[in-house]
Amino acid sequence: MSKLALRALSKRFGEVAAVDEVDLAIAPGEFVSLLGPSGCGKTTTLRMIAGFIDPSAGSIEMDGRVLSSPAGSLPPERRQMSMIFQSYAVWPNMTVEDNVAFGLRLRKLAGEEVRRRVGEMLDVVQMRHLAGRYPAELSGGQQQRVALARAIVIQPQVLLLDEPLSNLDANLREEMRFEIKRLHEEFRITTVYVTHDQAEAMVTSDRIAVMNRGRIEQVDDPHTLYTRPKTRFVAGFIGRTNFVEGTCDGATVAFDGFALPTKLIEGEVSGRVTFSIRPQSMRLSRERSPGGAGRPQIAVTILERAHLGEFWDYVVAPNGGALRLKVTAPPLDVYAVGEAATLEIDPRQMAPIA
Amino acid sequence: MSGGLDTLAQPGGRGMLGRRFAFLEPSMALWLVLIAVLVFLVASPVVRILVSSFQEPETGRFTFANYAEAYGNWRQLRAVVNSIELGLGVALLAGLFGVPIAWAISRTDMPAKGFVRLMVFGAFITPPYLGAIGWILLAGPNSGWLNKLWMAATGAGHGIFNVYSMPGLIVVVAVTSFPYVFVFVNSALDLVSSEMEDAANILGAGTLRTTFRVTLPLVVPAIIGGLIISFLEAIALFGAPALIALPARFHVVSTQLWQFFEYPVRVEEAAAFSLPLLIITVLMFWLQRAIIGRRGYAAVTGKGGERRTIRLGAWRWAMLGYAFFVCALAVILPMTVLLQAAFAKAWGRGLSLDNLTLRNFTYLLFEQTQAQQAIVNTFVYSGATAFAAIGLALAIAYVVNRRLVPFSNLLAFLCMAPFVIPAIVLAIGFYAAYAPPPLALYGTAAILILAYTTRFLPIAYTASAAGLRSISAEMEEAVRILGGGRLVAIRKVLAPLLKKSLAGSWLLVFIPATRELSSAIFLVGPNTRVISVMLFDLSEEGNFEVLSALGAILLIITVTIAAIGFRVIGRDFMVRSAR
Repeated sequence: MSKLALRALSKRFGEVAAVDEVDLAIAPGEFVSLLGPSGCGKTTTLRMIAGFIDPSAGSIEMDGRVLSSPAGSLPPERRQMSMIFQSYAVWPNMTVEDNVAFGLRLRKLAGEEVRRRVGEMLDVVQMRHLAGRYPAELSGGQQQRVALARAIVIQPQVLLLDEPLSNLDANLREEMRFEIKRLHEEFRITTVYVTHDQAEAMVTSDRIAVMNRGRIEQVDDPHTLYTRPKTRFVAGFIGRTNFVEGTCDGATVAFDGFALPTKLIEGEVSGRVTFSIRPQSMRLSRERSPGGAGRPQIAVTILERAHLGEFWDYVVAPNGGALRLKVTAPPLDVYAVGEAATLEIDPRQMAPIA
Repeated sequence: MSGGLDTLAQPGGRGMLGRRFAFLEPSMALWLVLIAVLVFLVASPVVRILVSSFQEPETGRFTFANYAEAYGNWRQLRAVVNSIELGLGVALLAGLFGVPIAWAISRTDMPAKGFVRLMVFGAFITPPYLGAIGWILLAGPNSGWLNKLWMAATGAGHGIFNVYSMPGLIVVVAVTSFPYVFVFVNSALDLVSSEMEDAANILGAGTLRTTFRVTLPLVVPAIIGGLIISFLEAIALFGAPALIALPARFHVVSTQLWQFFEYPVRVEEAAAFSLPLLIITVLMFWLQRAIIGRRGYAAVTGKGGERRTIRLGAWRWAMLGYAFFVCALAVILPMTVLLQAAFAKAWGRGLSLDNLTLRNFTYLLFEQTQAQQAIVNTFVYSGATAFAAIGLALAIAYVVNRRLVPFSNLLAFLCMAPFVIPAIVLAIGFYAAYAPPPLALYGTAAILILAYTTRFLPIAYTASAAGLRSISAEMEEAVRILGGGRLVAIRKVLAPLLKKSLAGSWLLVFIPATRELSSAIFLVGPNTRVISVMLFDLSEEGNFEVLSALGAILLIITVTIAAIGFRVIGRDFMVRSAR
């Protein structure tokens, strides 16, 4: 049975559907990210799970019991969840220790037990030496650790994170990504993580739910999501890509300027189809390589180039077509604008999208 | 950590659903309570004025007679004209005082900026009626200090200044209201980027030309806004006009309104006569908002950008001289003569050792029971007002900020409405609504505290709402998701975090309440007199030494309380070290 289930969950603000019939089932101990651009409804979804917002339609269930529905909602303080906020919301009037102990004291644990658990938790986030400090005396990253400790120490049924890293600088953000992943591996708390940063989601998550305009476009593990995006939005939002339209007449798929045998392509295709082809799934070379039966080669002309240090960004056009493709190449693969080259496509990395 | 994920005890422990329904009911009840309180404090007095103005005194039947009576004779119409003259004169003069000083402090290298700022602040907190008393001592016909100086210097037989005149009144009010213009213009100028001026300079415009063609036009909305506030202050003022216009034998609207309260009290006529004041005020505030809110002056609302000061060269001393002149008129001269009189046996005998005495103070503090009573009353009422206004404002600000109830904006609107009701109109409304039975509050402490609370509700609300806004809702949500209810969140997190800003808000209400005269004068009874009212009564006796001493007491105590308060609360408790 799933730990947490959203069933046709919707939230309308006036005419606008902020969250539109979202279905999602999360297994016990699973780490699921809600990923999407701002305004896609991910934070509203999270706040409905927390109980701060009531749904307009649909329901939220935990362990098979209804927590939220339009008929009524359990208030947040009775859901046995905890949450990490975008602003950390570490209380400035309490010390680190008091912040972490707060939830335990609300649960009326004995003073000795509270001290022990808080101490252990502070060890886990490496903050024990700062237990007596006030939040104003901590750095952003340390405040973040306090927020994590405070949320985890109560051993919540579900842990919710609302863009917890967006206020940190780039280096710290990368460090905290792995910290969050480490804590999840240690405690295995069912987690819902809201972010607009795909790298964050890919590092931390078991599965990612990509949201757009209040709907979930696709839920999959990070690798599948990247290699087999199902919609144009997902393909464009996770990494960079080329959209290429083709027509399938049974044996071959014809594109503007080249064609491929249908059997090379994974998945069912027929009629007009659009494919997502990642720039790094194609390879540029000066001459045709022999024996590439499974990897069609196309004559192209270089139209634009940009050197980004770690790689080259080229825009190429298959000869005789109006198609434009973004291709990346290693730093030493230098081509001049206007030069002719051969483009090798790996059909296994072409994802047909809806 | 101990073991795996054995779930901890659930906080509380009641059924799953149904709590939310239980929650809706109290929030509705809270809304009803708040709206009832606001209707009582704000809406009912205003509506009462409207209704009374159309009622026959005895029968309560509909009539236009009150309007006929109120505007039916030349003397009373003349008071309206005088008020407008006063308002325009004050606005003009306040502009002449405020704008150059604001410009000098914001844009130039004028020396002694800190001192000038302090003096402007001093003018801001000086009650206008104390300024008026100072100016009576300075420019009373013949006996005033300035006149004596003139006579001594020229050998003339009589002085040249007469404070008991319309020009005198205009000067006295203008020197206490120019800080409004200053504050508006100064903060607007602080937002104008130097790049605006640089752009004119690079095209060949000199400093003077740039100032008049670029800088000042950019802050025109702020100047007009400040002038409108000065105008409104002037026409709503009671104390200074009563001290000066009455001896000069002319009336303005506020003093005329007071006349209606001489026996026999004619509340209905007063109501009819006060309505134009209310309407003008509401319209002018609307106008002011419209002007200030105009988007065309994007530079003023845009980001500050880099700022340079303009080098005035030798002119900076001339600028300082002008600023000093204004500060002298506003604070230094009137407060000096006031303090001199407070410590003098006879103020006219000047500064000499044998004229020094503490007698005026001992008389007030130890002999005259009325003064003791008034001092106690002032601080008790002001304290009660501050608690009531902050408590109510905070509850409303919380409900509005957290959107706990529907139509919460109506609450906020009612809370801010007294801002556009002149104190004197509010007092008449309170009198009309609550002096007669069934409540019969006239002469009680309650009616004063209620009226004060209404009067200062906008200040309390603005301060409370700002304090609440500075605390992220997530601070509270973090409590709730960990298992604490709303009340736990308020007690453990919100209250400790708000403590400092609440104490500040409390002082913001308390200090003006201690000096409030315009509304008090209509509502005090024999046993509920406050210092400001007693000052006014003493002025009619002409005992300026005792009067000045009482004024000095008022000034010293409020300044001290403000200073102590800010010192104690100003320390930043959030960074105290636990090491």
